[in-house]
Amino acid sequence: MNIPSQITTLLAGIALTLVSFWYGQNHDLLPISASVESIRVDSLFNLMMTIGTGIFLLVMGILVYSAFKFRREPGDESDGPPVHGNIPLEILWTAIPAIMVLGISIYSFDIYNENGGADPMDHSMAHGKAHQQMASMPGSAMAGTLVAQADPNQQKAEVVNSDPTTAAIREDLPQKKDAPTLGVVSPKIGGAEPGAPEFVVNVAGMQYAWLFTYPGTDVVTGELHVPINQKVLVNITANDVIHAFWVPQFRLKQDAIPGRQTEVRFTPNRLGEYPLVCAELCGAYHGAMNTKVVVESAEDVQKWLQSQQVASAEGLSKAVATTPANMTETEYLAPYAKEVGISADTLKQLHSEHHSMS
Amino acid sequence: MNDREPLTFLMTQAAEYQEQANLVARGSEPDKNDWRKYFGFSTDHKVIGIQYLVTTFIFYLMGGVLATLVRTELATPASDFVSREVYNSLFTVHATVMIFLWIVPAGTGGFGNYLIPLMIGARDMAFPRLNAIAFWIIPPAGILLMSSFFVGAPGSGWTSYPPLSLMNGKAGELIWILSVLLLGTSSILAAVNFIVTIFKMRIPGMGLNQMPLFCWAMLATSFLALVATPVLAGAMILLSFDLIVGTNFFNPTGGGDPIVYQHMFWFYSHPAVYIMILPVFGMISEIVSVHSRKPIFGYKAIAYSSVAICGLGLIVWAHHMFTSGTPPWLRMFFMITSMIIAVPTGIKVFSWLATIWGGKLRLESPLLFAMGFISLFVIGGISGVMVASVPWDIHVHDTYFIVAHLHYVLFGGSVFGLYAAFYHWFPKMTGRMLNETWGKIHFALSYVGFNLAFMPMHKLGIEGMNRRIAEYDPKFAALNLLCTIGAYLLAVSTLPFLVNVCWSWVYGEKASDNPWRGLTLEWMTTSPPPVENFDADPVLATGPYDYGMGSRATEVNVAFSDASDPVLSAGPSSTLRAKPDPAVAASPSDRVGESHNR
Repeated sequence: MNIPSQITTLLAGIALTLVSFWYGQNHDLLPISASVESIRVDSLFNLMMTIGTGIFLLVMGILVYSAFKFRREPGDESDGPPVHGNIPLEILWTAIPAIMVLGISIYSFDIYNENGGADPMDHSMAHGKAHQQMASMPGSAMAGTLVAQADPNQQKAEVVNSDPTTAAIREDLPQKKDAPTLGVVSPKIGGAEPGAPEFVVNVAGMQYAWLFTYPGTDVVTGELHVPINQKVLVNITANDVIHAFWVPQFRLKQDAIPGRQTEVRFTPNRLGEYPLVCAELCGAYHGAMNTKVVVESAEDVQKWLQSQQVASAEGLSKAVATTPANMTETEYLAPYAKEVGISADTLKQLHSEHHSMS
Repeated sequence: MNDREPLTFLMTQAAEYQEQANLVARGSEPDKNDWRKYFGFSTDHKVIGIQYLVTTFIFYLMGGVLATLVRTELATPASDFVSREVYNSLFTVHATVMIFLWIVPAGTGGFGNYLIPLMIGARDMAFPRLNAIAFWIIPPAGILLMSSFFVGAPGSGWTSYPPLSLMNGKAGELIWILSVLLLGTSSILAAVNFIVTIFKMRIPGMGLNQMPLFCWAMLATSFLALVATPVLAGAMILLSFDLIVGTNFFNPTGGGDPIVYQHMFWFYSHPAVYIMILPVFGMISEIVSVHSRKPIFGYKAIAYSSVAICGLGLIVWAHHMFTSGTPPWLRMFFMITSMIIAVPTGIKVFSWLATIWGGKLRLESPLLFAMGFISLFVIGGISGVMVASVPWDIHVHDTYFIVAHLHYVLFGGSVFGLYAAFYHWFPKMTGRMLNETWGKIHFALSYVGFNLAFMPMHKLGIEGMNRRIAEYDPKFAALNLLCTIGAYLLAVSTLPFLVNVCWSWVYGEKASDNPWRGLTLEWMTTSPPPVENFDADPVLATGPYDYGMGSRATEVNVAFSDASDPVLSAGPSSTLRAKPDPAVAASPSDRVGESHNR
């Protein structure tokens, strides 16, 4: 038979392993990592990439080798050797992948946990956290006790809407009830750490913009500013259709669902501006529904918040002007259009096309 | 072992042996083939099979045109080719056509219909009229879907998530729902037919473990279609109520829950992935074994892994919802089940590789496409395990990484497999051989074009390009242009195939009954087979994969009264065994070289 001698097989195996390990660390596929969570996700990806490269090379190697080595001689009409199977070999290639995926599952679970995903105490923590958060807001403590018995989704909605600015930009949709026993259905990414102060931002997705409010201020903006090295909690919902809050550099994504309160927690650890992308198809201008996250020092965030507040103190006009309801589509899309390199004229043209079509 | 081989091969080859045993069953040459039957309500499973294949291929071309338009829009970062609304309709209809009008009906309806009765030695399907009805639902449903472009085609993605799907154009959305309902119905009818046919109409002597592996795959597929499709129908009907009557099943403004729709949708649509790939797995098992001239490696492992995939496939759906309404424990549950699916899939891949290893490869178009299938499907499988992992999926969900993954599985997987099957069974279906040179050109063009179009998408997605967008950040421009060039190449690659099929169908070299010297029963009759396939019931002189078992020196005399199951193949020179079998040793290790399908 044409099985290569054991030495060549061994050498090929070693080479394959080395190449896999090297490529698993040097694939250069990932964007910049800008949060504590993303480093963990990257290490998971590197591991999967290492294993994946190994399997890919093994399969391709066998295919290409066979294509040359086992090609039929012209005119040879005979059959190959009647090998029907090999039970030990079959057990081996069932067991090894089983162990591999089990390992990846456990590692993924671990990473997910470290990023605060499957914290079994998450549910009750949310309660405690909610009270703490509200205590800092005058006049809302009462509401907290009243909703303590309500289901978490409803409770969360009321906590978030206790901030008047947030309530003003959010559609008043009926909130879904959470499942009573099996944990929260409204999804969360990232767990709360007791004691550590969180920087809280509320966001509502709507066609085709994100509106951020910062509880305790009356600032409404289209971009997100967060302090570096502090846990950030983003309370997400949507006003019309499903959107998704995605920051590739944080490796985090969470759908914004009308009628549900979802949350994302992360700790940015790198200064800079990163794209914030809507990742769930939300209509014609889905591709233009981008904005940015600015990670800056805590002082800079406060300074920026104050400047925004001054601007809005001149009247509510500022906040209102940012809500798309009062803008024409062209006006409202202009800033996004600029990012993707479309002039206002093209937009107007597209806009009229769009209307003549519908 | 090496020393003994030549001796064995001097004897009759397994294929000749099977053919000899079936000389009586071999169908007589069909009368003049009347082309008109292909345009009417025929109940012949072979006519229906070809009707399916030709119809779905036409829809495949339409879906391909839509894909080319999508890639043209994406050649540059700005939205400058079609309007954004039309762009959304393009990818929505592209996906719907490719799934519901091409891969599902071509794999199950097309090849399933043509091959299942032949492979199990039956004269037709169990319910021939139902079979014809299932087919005739497809053309009107497809035309209905395409006609939606006249009234504003659906534009909320093939997933059609509410509330977006309730807010876009109503007419288009309604047409989409209607055509999906119709196509689902067709799929259910076909599934019932396959299950009954496979269970009830096998020739005597063909137990489940003597079936060709394609039959196992179709059994698993049909079961999935039967269990999952009604749930999709339920979702569609509720969605249409929300759309027309104004109910609030999924509409959040009235207290409805859009997440419930996602659960119902994916309860079907994830198994749908297996409905699309399992028949292809089955066909690859046939093709790899025949063209490597070796028995399939690990028959039972491959057969039962189809069943395992079928079972597991029903409990992984929420991995499409890791970033939407899924609580942590559910995320973990669905992550683990999704990962486990890699195990039965891996068994298949390794078994195919072991079948190829040490064979005598006839490296022609069928095997080239089959090997191409394995190499591309493995990439899709690897990225599949990656996206099953919750933390990674949270990053790449709804990005071009997913687009790359799904095309590696559905195009590199299903479509390459379907092409392999076209090249392999075309001689049987038409009685003509396809041109081999053009087949190789077709393979080279599609393999290069495919990888060029979809490999860069992995990086695009990881770097931050979300899917279903008409415009994108200019930093992604270079890779997108590469993808577009690949897509054009892929579009061009269809032409050699089209010309080859059209030309060969009429002028191609005449094919013999068994040009690849296969052992399964479809090769034991004429090419193309007559109506009702066989003149007498065919017999199993050998198992479906007993290549290389040339020596029949151990013929035994099995008295008819003695044969426990294979009544028809008992007799003085039977190679089937009575029970207990004197020629088969008790220990499996002593039985090397004997069929394992007996």
